[in-house]
Amino acid sequence: MAEDKDSAEAIVSEVHRKISEAFDVFDHEFNKTVDVREIGTIIRSLGCFPSEGELHDIIAEIEEEEPTGYICFEKFLPTMTTVLMERRFRPIPEDLLLQAFEVLDQQKKGHLEPEELTKYLTQEGEPFTPEEMEEMMSAALDPDRNVIFYKDFVSMMSVDNHR
Amino acid sequence: MKAAILIQRWYRRYIARLEMRQRYTWNIFQSIEYAGEQDQLQLSSFFSFMLDNFTQLSGNGPGNKAITDFFPHSRLTNHEQIIVPESYNGPRLTFPLTVSQTDALLTAFKNQQQLHGRFVLQLLQETKKLLRQMPNVVYFSTPYAKEITICGDLHGRLDDLLLIFYKNGLPSAETPYVFNGDFVDRGKKSVEILILLFAYLLLYPDHMHLNRGNHEDHIMNLRYGFTKEVMQKYKTHGRDILKLIQEVFSLLPLATVIDNKVLVVHGGISDVTDLDFLRSIERHKVRTVMAKVCITAAVFKDCNMYFRRTIGIFILSLGSFSGYDTYWLEDNGSCSLVMTESWVSLLQKVVDLLWSDPKSQPGCRPNTFRGGGCYFGPDVTRRLLEKHALSLLIRSHECKREGYELCHDGQVITIFSASNYYEEGSNRGAYIKLGQELVPRFFQYQVSHTTRKLTLMQRVRVGEGSAVRALQEKLFAHRSELMAAFQHYDTSNSGCISVSEWAVVVESVLRMDLPWRTLRPRLARLAPDGMVEYQSCFEDMGPGQPIPQVSPNFAETLYRYRTDLEIIFNIIDKDHSGQISTEEFRQTWRLFSAHLGVEVDNKAIDDLARTMDFNKDGSIDFNEFLEAFRVVHKLDSKDQQEC
Repeated sequence: MAEDKDSAEAIVSEVHRKISEAFDVFDHEFNKTVDVREIGTIIRSLGCFPSEGELHDIIAEIEEEEPTGYICFEKFLPTMTTVLMERRFRPIPEDLLLQAFEVLDQQKKGHLEPEELTKYLTQEGEPFTPEEMEEMMSAALDPDRNVIFYKDFVSMMSVDNHR
Repeated sequence: MKAAILIQRWYRRYIARLEMRQRYTWNIFQSIEYAGEQDQLQLSSFFSFMLDNFTQLSGNGPGNKAITDFFPHSRLTNHEQIIVPESYNGPRLTFPLTVSQTDALLTAFKNQQQLHGRFVLQLLQETKKLLRQMPNVVYFSTPYAKEITICGDLHGRLDDLLLIFYKNGLPSAETPYVFNGDFVDRGKKSVEILILLFAYLLLYPDHMHLNRGNHEDHIMNLRYGFTKEVMQKYKTHGRDILKLIQEVFSLLPLATVIDNKVLVVHGGISDVTDLDFLRSIERHKVRTVMAKVCITAAVFKDCNMYFRRTIGIFILSLGSFSGYDTYWLEDNGSCSLVMTESWVSLLQKVVDLLWSDPKSQPGCRPNTFRGGGCYFGPDVTRRLLEKHALSLLIRSHECKREGYELCHDGQVITIFSASNYYEEGSNRGAYIKLGQELVPRFFQYQVSHTTRKLTLMQRVRVGEGSAVRALQEKLFAHRSELMAAFQHYDTSNSGCISVSEWAVVVESVLRMDLPWRTLRPRLARLAPDGMVEYQSCFEDMGPGQPIPQVSPNFAETLYRYRTDLEIIFNIIDKDHSGQISTEEFRQTWRLFSAHLGVEVDNKAIDDLARTMDFNKDGSIDFNEFLEAFRVVHKLDSKDQQEC
């Protein structure tokens, strides 16, 4: 049917449009700029799982020389296209995620105490802010038993993620 | 620890997806809301069209003399003569009002009681008398060591008002308030809000200030629900109440200035806003701003006299005339309705105050989103504030996620007080407290009907569900146009097209600037090969009831223009009885379809009229008629509540 070159161009064009759509959702003034603080959300909503450090690197790449607090689309598009085409920051498979929780559950109880989880996530790795921790806890905590059944938690969140 | 990072990365991506959904849900609601307001422009042009096809109102054309004859102001009925039955156990008002009476009103409304029509009329009458004495722009000072509270749009949400009173205190000399317009429409308790606001206004005229909003306008009320609410709650006195409210609305001040430094106005400003000019106008003449165009009329043969007269009187009310600013010119058997330039210019300035929105782009341009007012930039703000030695502009008119928002370098604050405006969990409400130093403090809240706090995911799901449903309705209402365009791309007749093609079609037909590719999973199904099965867009929606025999095209037009038709019917139904004659029905429909350029067979309209006249008495219950053309989600077991 279509030439390979044409279909490659079509794919890139589709990727461009996807990026443009996501960008526009956060472009409140309709002037093709977004607040730099929303870049993380945009990149993640496009299917990528960068760490905070990786995110900072990307932002450093696309920011103006004199940071204005805004990112313009012209700079965002080429960088983001490369990220998507190279499939950088691949999604985390569900079983890997489960393993991560199991590592935290040293006593192999099958669940985590809220204090344990809070300590790990707010002190280790790239720590959660108190707001992030509170939000996760409200979704993850089983109200009757006051613990986190992480297996259920992971499956519940994954259903939504697949949409 | 690697495990921690993994979980954090995954969770942040999950939250980002939720935020994205929350944001586009917001965009959808805003898009639909503004699309609705843009229709007002369409409607205005429809009325112009009707006038273009119009003939003299009465046998002897009025010429250019007292148009007021056509327009009786509400006669000063002696409301005291209305008898209140013994069985009524709600509050009984006597004037002048006392605190115990306003307390009684609060208690009554919290207990879902209604104030008797007689007291409503008396309250409105007293309010009218008080407002007449007020200037167009109210100047006052914050009392020593007190703070003034400024609230934004309430839109009939009584719960939000009660929450504000609970958190902040009832209006009093200690707790002065400014309410910045849009008290009514959309929410279901607009009447109660008005009663409370006016009662406190009468009780504390120096400490309670009300600004007019763009919804304090009877034409808007016809469309956005306030008129209906009044007629449903007050079957006997509804008409009189509405007439009085119309007058009260036109008497509401247009702006408030605090300490000569802070300007509070509902919408915004334009590059021609001039406070000195605004102080001088006769604001009560502006009943509605919905027709600020010059209109002329010629001869129209097909309408009967009664119909013409009805429409004519309405059009005159659109002009919201005075004896001299709007007049008829008779010339060779045709009639022209003309507005003087100065009147048009005045209306324009009032529209600017009530409809404009601030934007970051400098300059002033027409507000195409809303179809009225303008977009004003930071330079316009700066210039106006400098000109009048002001330091801050507080306005409302736009819903904000956090209930408030600053822009133009902090010179403009938007304050919005109706929480959960679009849907449960969509946004917070807020109010401002301003002390002597005029440094604003913001207080946010959110009315919740569930006792359990919803997680972010639950809130997003609820809001998104609502927004998606609204979009599905729109898709259904444009079904044939969409199908035709889909099939144009579907050259192999497979029932499938690419995601890209699907997005292009939907955007061009619905003319809504939304992230269609991101929304696609919610709206249409994919075939195994990744192509979109376009028919699946329409699967979940369908007619609410078995519709009368009409062609699919006709049905679709009715679905799409339902709201406009509702307004027109409401206008024609001058006594708000819910009935119009079959003759009027036919005339209206013919005009409407001619204006839209929709081919509808006259016979089809006649048949429809005959079918809808259930009791064969020559009149149609148009609410029943419209019910038949309501689109619902097929999965709903009971009817959805309309906003």
